[in-house]
Amino acid sequence: MSQFAINMIFVLGTFAIYSAIAIWARAKNTRDFYIAGGEVHPTLNGMATAADWLSAASFISVAGLISVGYVNSAFIMGWTGGYVLLATLLAPYLRRFGTYTVPDFVGTRYDSKGARVVAVICLIVVSLTYVIGQMTGAGVAFSRFLEVSSTTGLLISAVVVFLYAVLGGMKGVTYTQVAQYTVLILAFTIPAIYLSLMMTGHFLPQTGMWGTHSESGAYLMQTLNEVVRDLGFQDYTADVSNRWNMVLFTLTLMVGTAGLPHVIIRFFTVPNIQDARWSASWALVFIALFYTTAPPLAAMSRLNLIETIYPDGVDQPALAYEERPEWFQTWEDTGLLVFEDKNNDGRIQFYNDGTLPTPNADYTAPEDWAGNELTVNNDILVLALPEIANMPAFLIGLMAAGGIAAALSTASGLLLAISSAVSHDLLKNTLMPNLSDQREMLFARISMVGAILIATYLGLNPPGFAAQTVALAFGMAASSIFPALVLGIFARRINSKGAIAGMVSGALFTVCYIFMYLGWFFIPDTNTFPNTPEYWIMGISPLSVGVIGAAINITVSTLVSVSTEKPSDEVQRMVRAVRYP
Amino acid sequence: MNTEQHELSERDKQYWATNLRLIITCVCIWAVVSYGFALLLRPLLMNLPFGFGGVDLGFWFSQQGSVLTFLALVFFYSWRMNRLDKEFGLED
Repeated sequence: MSQFAINMIFVLGTFAIYSAIAIWARAKNTRDFYIAGGEVHPTLNGMATAADWLSAASFISVAGLISVGYVNSAFIMGWTGGYVLLATLLAPYLRRFGTYTVPDFVGTRYDSKGARVVAVICLIVVSLTYVIGQMTGAGVAFSRFLEVSSTTGLLISAVVVFLYAVLGGMKGVTYTQVAQYTVLILAFTIPAIYLSLMMTGHFLPQTGMWGTHSESGAYLMQTLNEVVRDLGFQDYTADVSNRWNMVLFTLTLMVGTAGLPHVIIRFFTVPNIQDARWSASWALVFIALFYTTAPPLAAMSRLNLIETIYPDGVDQPALAYEERPEWFQTWEDTGLLVFEDKNNDGRIQFYNDGTLPTPNADYTAPEDWAGNELTVNNDILVLALPEIANMPAFLIGLMAAGGIAAALSTASGLLLAISSAVSHDLLKNTLMPNLSDQREMLFARISMVGAILIATYLGLNPPGFAAQTVALAFGMAASSIFPALVLGIFARRINSKGAIAGMVSGALFTVCYIFMYLGWFFIPDTNTFPNTPEYWIMGISPLSVGVIGAAINITVSTLVSVSTEKPSDEVQRMVRAVRYP
Repeated sequence: MNTEQHELSERDKQYWATNLRLIITCVCIWAVVSYGFALLLRPLLMNLPFGFGGVDLGFWFSQQGSVLTFLALVFFYSWRMNRLDKEFGLED
């Protein structure tokens, strides 16, 4: 059977499972639609949260990002550490408060329609920018693994999401996410285990990374440091120069994670506050399974790639182009690997001639080399893995299903956050207070259809700024939503005026700072300053500014609140009820 | 009228104070392993005569140690708080 047929069987098989779940988990009322009836088992909810969290970009690109070296450890810590904040500062209290959506909490706690609407706007900006990447990611995953165009892939994904998200709401989304997590984590960890066994003899990549490299007998990490140094790169473990910015970037990722609405609403679906705590813990277990596998995968695949190109060691002649392995040719066809024989010797000289990231200043290349000849898109560290490690064909099929599962699960979580904010917060609680439960559910389904259509349109015609939207999503979540929620629980004195002023000032500051360097409204060439470290104010990159926005939000909220009236007795009672059940 | 003083019992205050203490402990450890060991204190850890699996402890914390600590923290917090809820008879 051809590889294509095997991939097809895996992808269609998983789609059949998702569709079956969609039919089984139909939503009967708004409680089902918004919070899956509030009866999801905490461990299952943890899995669903992990699927929500691990996106197509994480699945395909994170190992490549981490393989740059120490500086990108920020992603590992940032995308796991936020769950400590969620578990201790948000999840249990928001569950006890018992609302359906994030703006619902803001609107009820601050007893203000204004605050609710501001929260809805922030949520939509965050989730919509985030979902564009997911839809394009779904298209990319399709086109990489199945020989269909990414447009067809995207449309197929939209139909599948439509089926379970519109029918089942949160209930359908939750149980498909559980299935999707299972598929994606198997697809990610099995190849990593193969690679670890091959390179270190360790079954667990998590221990293999710190073990000895089977071929050289030295520590794997020391071998990696040596070979990258000998090819003109900085050591893999080299320290960073702008430590301050790395600290702020990590903080922004953590605080942003804890403020992402599609993650927070997952904790509304468990039966009670004790389960909310366990559920946050389980979520981190499932996420950590991924994020402790990614670093060894990154280090081992980078070493493995170099060993493939320099089979006799980096001081010996490089691999002849004619002798390149089959997977090399496959990925050349996709443009993710590009070879250009600059010195016409028929060999693949891969080294840092100063044009690649993290150059080693002390390095001089041999005289007969005329520049780096191999351009590697870091995504292939994951995508090409099954072929590099010579794994059985069915694992490649599993990988295809895994990439698509990662994209679909995150997209559906985001779409649910958007549609519930529109139908529950904008319609039911602001514009049409007399809406009956059945009518509200109809509107929730219509909003979901609308959100899917918009997301599909944006996925098909991605705005030029698609790659920069992560900065915006995390920056906004960190600077507007997270502080409003934490203050709402822990600072009784904050009133609606303070909350609104805080959210608006934090979000505006963050968005303006990002636009200043990345272009106003991301329109190319409208940036006020070039996006290079010498122009960053106090060395803060636009990606790291979210946490500064959060600090501004908290300061403004506090100052405005203490200089205006106390929240009403009713609100004070609600805050009390959240703290002491 | 001060409704707060009126309605809050000593028990309530004790419960909340214990919770806050726990949160502060967890967040401090969270900050020490990530922002401390893995980031700000890494230059110090790099000078230690011993490392872990061929790298300095700072690098290990940045790639694995911090995540494992986060895991221990969330489970400890859940276990401790749920036990506290039981002690105070506050289970939902």
